[in-house]
Amino acid sequence: MDVFLQQVINGLVMGSMYALVALGYTMVYGIINLINFAHGEVLMVGALTSWSAIGMMQDAMPGAPGWVILILATLIACVVAVVLNFTIEKIAYRPLRNSPKLAPLITAIGMSILLQTLAMIIWKPNYKAYPTLLSSTPINMGGVVITPTQIMILGVTAVSLAILMWLVNYTRLGRAMRATSENPRVAALMGVKPDMVISATFVIGAVLAAIAGVMYASNYGTAQHAMGFLPGLKAFTAAVFGGIGNLAGAVIGGILLGLIEAIGSGYIGYLTGGVLGSHYTDIFAFIVLIIVLTLRPSGLMGERVADRA
Amino acid sequence: MKNNKTLQYILVGAALIALPLILQMFGNAWVRIADMALLYILLAIGLNIVVGYAGLLDLGYVAFFAVGAYMYGLLSSPHLTNTFAWIAAAYPTGMHMPIWLILPVAAALAGLFGMLLGAPTLKLRGDYLAIVTLGFGEIIRVFMNNLDHPVNITNGPKGLSQIDPISIFGVNLGQKLMIGDFEIASVSLYYYLFLSLVLVTIVVSHRLEVSRIGRAWMAIREDEIAAKAMGLNTRNLKLLAFGMGATFGGVSGAMFAGFQGFISPESFSLMESVMIVAMVVLGGLGYLPGVILGAILLSALPEVLRYVAGPLQEMTGGRLDAAILRQLLVALAMIVIMLMRPRGLWPSPEHGKSLTPK
Repeated sequence: MDVFLQQVINGLVMGSMYALVALGYTMVYGIINLINFAHGEVLMVGALTSWSAIGMMQDAMPGAPGWVILILATLIACVVAVVLNFTIEKIAYRPLRNSPKLAPLITAIGMSILLQTLAMIIWKPNYKAYPTLLSSTPINMGGVVITPTQIMILGVTAVSLAILMWLVNYTRLGRAMRATSENPRVAALMGVKPDMVISATFVIGAVLAAIAGVMYASNYGTAQHAMGFLPGLKAFTAAVFGGIGNLAGAVIGGILLGLIEAIGSGYIGYLTGGVLGSHYTDIFAFIVLIIVLTLRPSGLMGERVADRA
Repeated sequence: MKNNKTLQYILVGAALIALPLILQMFGNAWVRIADMALLYILLAIGLNIVVGYAGLLDLGYVAFFAVGAYMYGLLSSPHLTNTFAWIAAAYPTGMHMPIWLILPVAAALAGLFGMLLGAPTLKLRGDYLAIVTLGFGEIIRVFMNNLDHPVNITNGPKGLSQIDPISIFGVNLGQKLMIGDFEIASVSLYYYLFLSLVLVTIVVSHRLEVSRIGRAWMAIREDEIAAKAMGLNTRNLKLLAFGMGATFGGVSGAMFAGFQGFISPESFSLMESVMIVAMVVLGGLGYLPGVILGAILLSALPEVLRYVAGPLQEMTGGRLDAAILRQLLVALAMIVIMLMRPRGLWPSPEHGKSLTPK
């Protein structure tokens, strides 16, 4: 039973990070129908920027407490990610808004490779040890172990989600975003500026991805130029799982995916008598995805859309 | 006029035949680049059936390439006889299956996998399809990586080595061929094999394009509901597209394994799938000359860059080596070409015309 609870906690931690990234995918898709392949790379840039920032701050003010440095580094990472994502949208996606459907997808893939390569040139390709800024003594809660970093991840995710929900449901910008995703043309007639809304969407997505990047790196203790690929892919899977374009769906999809992975990898060796081990973790996400989409092609919470290929 | 065209064909044909003989004077590495370019053309034409004709975005195409390659690798390397005693007993001199047996098996198996992937994804819309195919590609790769225990089938991340070179009509393509005093290098022999395969593929693909099936695929691409209303069996047609595309992938995979002599899961990463999709889209979706152009550009140009990257590497103190430069340029090419020509470098003259008002 303890093993099970432990895996549930690990799954929640992973899942909340997937959820944050999945939100970025799903918001962009909801508004301009584009799979933003470069989104995982925004996470990576956020993590590496914060790594550099932490290094500089630890040199500049040696006595500062870990959490202050972590918050400052996250803020810097957010700013860099926002500028980056804003620029990507402006140069790579905006000119292609009315072109054939595959064209922006290809520029998105190109952007993703470009960012990885540039990161490799700037930060060099080796794995970097990400400093532990919060206390590393795990807290024991009735047989289940949780680290302060993991508590921070759960807390930050909850706060970010609350702010996002408020932003989308109770502000002018949120209303404009919902209107644009419903119907961009009519929204424009009502005085909403679609370009502004799309930029805002990319900015919000970048903030969430940068936060997720910092947390991902602190959780695993490493950062590298290729680190954005797998979480990006899984977060996209999570977004599809929940029904792409649906914010609540992205969160639920992310958390469910994290739980499935953690519980699955915890038990697969035991269930199959050691034949299949936890190195099959990465394919759980895709197997689940294929099953869900076969049974319910528009995702868990997606609306049933008319089939327009 | 007709004579003129025949002359053109003869000239192009002569140039293609002479190319490796000229290149091999500068070193076999150059012929090798041409060989790889031809393999990529094969792959791109295969994927073009799925993405270009039927409009199904497949991001896991490399899985079929891998299936073909592993089929060839398993049937003609010492791996199986080393691992399983009963196979070693059945083939005391090692399993050296002839290409005429492996090729149909590899093609059929890849085609079967294509249908297997197609079946659950038929109901999905474009973007969902993309992600499921991507997942499928990753699943195949993870299995290739991990199927070395409990029973060692794929030899895991170490890959399969000592794969027999292709030998066809009694000519072993792994060794150089002497005709009188004239020497044709092994890579040039492969070049001719791949070239003839590419020609066959172009003919098959072109005949498909103008056939009833091809028109049906394009109808599905433009509007699936309308196609269904016209009485097309969209389910079977989509399955057929997946199967046909995968078959081409399997054949090129087998060729790749024989050519390289070594395969490992690393050669079949998601990046390869992405590159093949990029070739098709950059060149011109659904238009054979465009697809071929895209494949040549993305496969050969970066290789050529390797030779000019040396000085640059010294200038930047080793930070910018050939591989990084190659990746950088591929990425930039993908972005810039799409921004300048969203329909591809050499788009089909007819495609999408009805949509634009005159």
